[in-house]
Amino acid sequence: MLRRFRLEEPESVADASELLGRFGESAKVYAGGTELLLAMKEGLVQYERLINVKRVKGLSEIVAADGMIRFGALCTHHELEKSSLLQQKLPSLHKLEQNVANVRVRQSGTLGGNLCFAEPHADPGTLLMALGAKLVAEKSSGKREIAAEDFFVDAYETSLQADELLTEIRVPAPTDHSRSAYLKFGYLERPSVGVAVAFNMNGGGLSEVKIAVGCAGPAPRRVPEAEMLLNGKSREEAERNLAQAGAVAGRESQAITDLHGSQDYKEHIVGVLLKRAFQSAVS
Amino acid sequence: MAKAMTRHDAQLLPLTFTLNGRVQELDVEPHELLLDVVRDRLGLTGAKRSCDVQVCGACTLLVDGRPVSACTTLAFEIRGCSVLTIEGLAEKNGKLHPLQEAFIEHGGFQCGFCTPGMILAAKALLDENAAPSEAELKHFMHGNICRCTGYKKIIESIMAAAKKMRGNA
Repeated sequence: MLRRFRLEEPESVADASELLGRFGESAKVYAGGTELLLAMKEGLVQYERLINVKRVKGLSEIVAADGMIRFGALCTHHELEKSSLLQQKLPSLHKLEQNVANVRVRQSGTLGGNLCFAEPHADPGTLLMALGAKLVAEKSSGKREIAAEDFFVDAYETSLQADELLTEIRVPAPTDHSRSAYLKFGYLERPSVGVAVAFNMNGGGLSEVKIAVGCAGPAPRRVPEAEMLLNGKSREEAERNLAQAGAVAGRESQAITDLHGSQDYKEHIVGVLLKRAFQSAVS
Repeated sequence: MAKAMTRHDAQLLPLTFTLNGRVQELDVEPHELLLDVVRDRLGLTGAKRSCDVQVCGACTLLVDGRPVSACTTLAFEIRGCSVLTIEGLAEKNGKLHPLQEAFIEHGGFQCGFCTPGMILAAKALLDENAAPSEAELKHFMHGNICRCTGYKKIIESIMAAAKKMRGNA
């Protein structure tokens, strides 16, 4: 049962930002609603106003430009899974999008909404971190880029300011040497652990290794000590270091015990998934 | 803390959409859910409220041919859209859709609670992929839960309907 609220339907980012500034915490941005409406139905959060941003034009594009693959924040998971550009350029993200929740959630849910809601047991933020994505935050007076790894502050908390909207997600276009993979595991509706890995493989050596772990703790995070065990190594050395890197990544993941598994269990799964994600990325 | 809103504050939004081929015009409040409008205001009870969190698929409706969870879709969102419920699937003369026939023929249900959602989700699948592999079928249908059967007969029903529909095309 949803409680009454009022609806605002701005048609520009500036108008949406102005409404957010004016109504503060009594209002919330609404896009696909797949997570927000559940929390509202449960009575966990309550707002006097929802600001429907789906009438803002130009936030559903998927384009390759300036060395970036750029996604409008209003792209639904369905639009992303059907995008041949995404399938071609970023197959790991394409596969992730094919496996978000279920077909109905993918139909309504948006990538931007998924990131902004910052539900800890979500997929996209983890891989976007490993891919070196930048998130564009916009308000009436201007815009800024936030690195994906600086976006998530805590469970359900991002570094967006109160009157800022996430408008675009920018992922560096891959080269012939780029490798990446995302794997998740869980036994409930949402994943217990998600692990993303991305690196360049050139002449048998690995560089720019980025590993991110999601779902284990309150927010997805990079695991730099684990990355160091693979970065600059030959493929063979990296494979020898994988088990150790997995154990380190588990410890660095800040896993917490919750419904989706104990801390120990999640740390173990991080190691298993890192190994498999690495193998999937190099194959 | 947001203050509770009362009926006095009601904001009415005009809503025009097509329901099973028939134009509907009504006013809805922003918080009204598609499932409540279809079941309680328009009297079509095929779609079921079950999990209420977009997990089970019992409330599946097709909006412009795509499956949505009516339990978590705000009614105003379907303005200008075409909505199909299980009540609108058979032909006007009562002839069942091949999916409905196949579910009967292959025993694709027991209690029937999940069936409207199963059939509509399956229709969305077959409309975009007339010859799905079993893996594709399972991937698409994994968000529709049946608590009676082992899914085997549901899969058989959808595969049989797909075959029949390809034959008719």
